[in-house]
Amino acid sequence: MNIDAFWIIFTGALVAICCSLLGCFLILRRMAMVGDAISHAVLPGIVLAFLFSGSREIWTMLIGAAALGVVCTFLIEFLHKKVNVQADASIGVTFTWLFALGIILISVYAGQVDLDQDCVLYGEIAYVPLDIWLTESGMNLGPRTVWIMGGVMLVILLFISLFYKELYLTSFDPAFAAAIGISTTLWYYLLMGAVSLTTVAAFESVGAILVVALMVGPPATAYLLTDNLKKMLVISAVLGIVSSAAGFYLALWLNGSVAGAISVVIGVQFTLAFVFSPTHGLISRRRTSSPGRTNLPKEDTTTIEPAL
Amino acid sequence: MNALWEFLSMSDANVRFVTIGSVLLAASSAVVGCFTVLRKRALVGDAVAHAVLPGVCLAFILTGEKNPLILLLGSFITGWLSLIVIDAITAHSRIKEDTAIGLVLSVFFGVGILFLTSIQHSGNENQSGLDKFLFGSAAALVGQDLITFGAVAVLLLLSVLLLYKEFKLLSFDTAYARTLGMPVRGLELLLTTLTVLAVVVGIQSVGVVLMSAMLITPAAAARFWTDRLGAMVLIAATMSAFCGAAGAFVSFTAPAMPTGPWIVMLLSLLAILSFTLAPRKGLLARYLLQRRVRRQMTRENILKTLFQLGEGKGEYQHSYSKEQILERRQQPLLRMKDGLQTLCRQGLIQKNASGWALTESGKKEAQRVVRLHRLWELYLTQYLQVASDHVHEDAESIEHVLTPELEKRLEELLDYPTADPHQTSIPQQP
Repeated sequence: MNIDAFWIIFTGALVAICCSLLGCFLILRRMAMVGDAISHAVLPGIVLAFLFSGSREIWTMLIGAAALGVVCTFLIEFLHKKVNVQADASIGVTFTWLFALGIILISVYAGQVDLDQDCVLYGEIAYVPLDIWLTESGMNLGPRTVWIMGGVMLVILLFISLFYKELYLTSFDPAFAAAIGISTTLWYYLLMGAVSLTTVAAFESVGAILVVALMVGPPATAYLLTDNLKKMLVISAVLGIVSSAAGFYLALWLNGSVAGAISVVIGVQFTLAFVFSPTHGLISRRRTSSPGRTNLPKEDTTTIEPAL
Repeated sequence: MNALWEFLSMSDANVRFVTIGSVLLAASSAVVGCFTVLRKRALVGDAVAHAVLPGVCLAFILTGEKNPLILLLGSFITGWLSLIVIDAITAHSRIKEDTAIGLVLSVFFGVGILFLTSIQHSGNENQSGLDKFLFGSAAALVGQDLITFGAVAVLLLLSVLLLYKEFKLLSFDTAYARTLGMPVRGLELLLTTLTVLAVVVGIQSVGVVLMSAMLITPAAAARFWTDRLGAMVLIAATMSAFCGAAGAFVSFTAPAMPTGPWIVMLLSLLAILSFTLAPRKGLLARYLLQRRVRRQMTRENILKTLFQLGEGKGEYQHSYSKEQILERRQQPLLRMKDGLQTLCRQGLIQKNASGWALTESGKKEAQRVVRLHRLWELYLTQYLQVASDHVHEDAESIEHVLTPELEKRLEELLDYPTADPHQTSIPQQP
């Protein structure tokens, strides 16, 4: 394995860990599509940050995009709760509006902004090893993206391990959380802030779609394999890492986009779990529903069920 | 102005194609979108839009050429398949619908991107333009496309028109439709097919991401103007058609501007306007109503306080100062001043040297409110066995909303009482 391949897989794995850990909480809160919305809605934030700073300065971009991500969640909540727009429609209206705004901004400032739509949608992880971070003395510190993603991963890991209890309670039993003095709104926006941060750090290398794939796919697969949230977090992170490695070689073989190939592997993983999972797979479900009871109730009474 | 005239005259064939194409696409997807939004499946359109890409690429790989009909067929098949997969996942596992949509959307799109990049790297010169499906380019519409889109739009509108009653029932009351013996499953399938069709053609003008706006935004906006499905569909289609034309106009005057995002931007702005300004359901209308009710309550409470102040001595039209009113009933000073002035204007109270006093008509109005309050207190203690020291709070809010009919019923039920649970007398109707 040469060094470039290593860096690409390593970056993919870092993105995968961040996304799939946060994704677990998203899908348990039935907010998978909010993650999708945020990943698209950060576009105008990135463009505006470009325009104000005039460069690809990472900090302004992170702040711009994270701000837009939070604005997006706030708008979705506002449209749904205060304006009484149907929940799914408020997601659809909000993120398309912000995305359209982003594209229009790109077209208006085409000369000044070095960005295009396909980069936003599916990125190009294969270019990661080209952007090397050199110190002033000329020391090679490896690709810049790896450092950024590594930093974001540390933040996410700290966030989840320090505040596991709060995140757990607000996801599963908001009423109880509120009763013992944990603000559900605060943790909702903190989680969404973390999602925005991850999205924007990852978008340049892997694009919005892979972010969604990694946020929804591995957690969904893990959800079919275990009933324990801690195990679910670990399994989905491992699945994410495996998919980024397998995806890289698949892309190499087909001479195509790495981001696309990683989502294909995620799809395969999910299909396998969907059919063969020992507890929640298609086959085991068939087997448990003995011939006399063909109409098994669809709801299962397992522990991982958000109280929403 | 000149540009607008030139645009409206449609002398340029290219302008004609782009405008008519955008209007047709926008209007037909808005019509179908109304039904998907009402059936709470708004985001499914997003999944279909992303799932179109692998179909387009596969069709190209298999045939090696860009025949629009074959590409459409390919995208139709995978778009349709994505919906089947979403349904299968939600039906046969414990995965929830939103997760299933997100998963199918990203995996199908990933497959598409893998194919697309693979084709691009293969060096087949024919492939340029395939990414039109990705980002859409209404500006590139030509006569040939227009015929296809026109046919699809007519097909969509005709099916909705012919099966309007069935679709309506399906959107609002599936169970009832089933008891009527309608082929619910078949109709659902047909509606799904129409959605996929709308997405497949619409995507070429606005692109993968923005397609769901064409379905959702006009429907969500139209929902605020009306409660009738027919009107909703018409409003949504008109809004969309207008934005389609306006989007084409924007890119006509500024060629660097993309048509699709502008259509979506204008639609979103229209939607925001609808959310705020629509009568009855809009934010502004609801805020005004709330304010009116709140002010009405303040005024009624002032009247009540003046009445109660005089109740001890039986002198109801005595004057009281603001401090005396406040002492009896705490309330924000500004709001009270505002209320006093309005009451004065309405002739229910009058101002004199020592303060404010009820007029004859003011006394009657005050009596009415106090009466309702005490009747309700009595009702709670007698019929719901609420302790008499717990009934005041509840009566405070209900006294402002009880109608004369309810008042009469309460009186009958309580057998024309004269005293409330605290043994104060209930003022009788004059």
